[in-house]
Amino acid sequence: MDRKARDAEWSDLMRKAIGGNESAYKRLLSDLSLALRSTVRRGFSGVSARPNEVEDVVQEVMLAIHLKRHTWDQSKPIGPWIMAIARNKMIDDLRRKGRRTEVPIDGMLEILEAGGHEDAIHAHDVKVVLNGLKGRNRDIVQAISIDGHTAQDVAQRLGMTEVAVRVSLHRSLKTLAETYQETQTSGTKT
Amino acid sequence: MKTEDLIKAMVADTATVSPPISRTLGLALAAGVALAAAEFFGLLQVRSDFAYAITHEPRFIFKFVFTLGLAIPALLLVMRLARPDGEAGWAKAALALPLIMLAVAVALEMAAVPPEHWHVSALGSMPGACMKYIPMLSVAPFIAVFLALRSGAPSNPAAAGAAAGLLSAGIGAALYATFCVDDSPMFLAIWYVTGIAIVVALGGLLGSRLLRW
Repeated sequence: MDRKARDAEWSDLMRKAIGGNESAYKRLLSDLSLALRSTVRRGFSGVSARPNEVEDVVQEVMLAIHLKRHTWDQSKPIGPWIMAIARNKMIDDLRRKGRRTEVPIDGMLEILEAGGHEDAIHAHDVKVVLNGLKGRNRDIVQAISIDGHTAQDVAQRLGMTEVAVRVSLHRSLKTLAETYQETQTSGTKT
Repeated sequence: MKTEDLIKAMVADTATVSPPISRTLGLALAAGVALAAAEFFGLLQVRSDFAYAITHEPRFIFKFVFTLGLAIPALLLVMRLARPDGEAGWAKAALALPLIMLAVAVALEMAAVPPEHWHVSALGSMPGACMKYIPMLSVAPFIAVFLALRSGAPSNPAAAGAAAGLLSAGIGAALYATFCVDDSPMFLAIWYVTGIAIVVALGGLLGSRLLRW
């Protein structure tokens, strides 16, 4: 698929996702995780990043895409918007690690097309990531992301309303985005 | 944490999406302008000869051409720079226009006023008030727009903050101009510009610290 067709497809999926379509969003995020993994790997090719470091940045980019998706101008192609976020997060990451920031920006739009298909690697240790969350928020994220329950199930089990579960989940995702930045600063990874 | 697990959490969060950033900024601006106007009428009042001056005094009219001439491209800049892929583009170039017009106006004023009276034009009647009130009247629009920008994702946080500063200072200065009786472009070039520059610098500084995401 060429870049334009892919961009049109992703733009369409994101429009649907913003309209509340979960399956469109799931497809978009899966596609993006593959494309971003090779993009980040290529971007970091000069700085010898370990696979889990690459995955950290992929997840950070994905969280930023998720939390900032209302900043995409729906009348424009989504590719440059995604790349701008990826570039920002990669530069931030290199800066935090005190490396020279020479992310090859120009070639990156091409790279976004090629997706790697190997199994996903663990980035941060699950415990490290979830430790940033407290009590019930943590249970909810774990139940939904790792155990694969729906928000409805979780609400029932914990005796909460579904709205409360969703609010907690959203707050936790924001906290996670911050946690990633902090733990990367300290440089300890597992 | 596996990326696929993270995806599950994000998919479960599909329904929670903020309103489009352009709308958030628009609402913030409207609220900020309303608050600044309320503040203006609480502290000051429109000068008594406003109706005459706005129709007969080109130098008075120019104060609005200049201040709004800065505020309008600044608004465009804020809207663009709030997005990660936003580029300043011609909105930045458009800022040169009011500055060039001011330079021309100053030159014309210097040609029209004898040099021994330049200091009178430049100092006006209350230069200090100008530097105090422009930042004061900028505060409400600045806070509103800045908070809205926190929901954005600027690639250049300092530039986005400075643009928010310029937008609010342009609004504050235009409001103040309806009160201020010093109409000389020389006065404008010194005191208004200084008052505006203070807010822009502050915006840039705050932006570089608080608009990261």
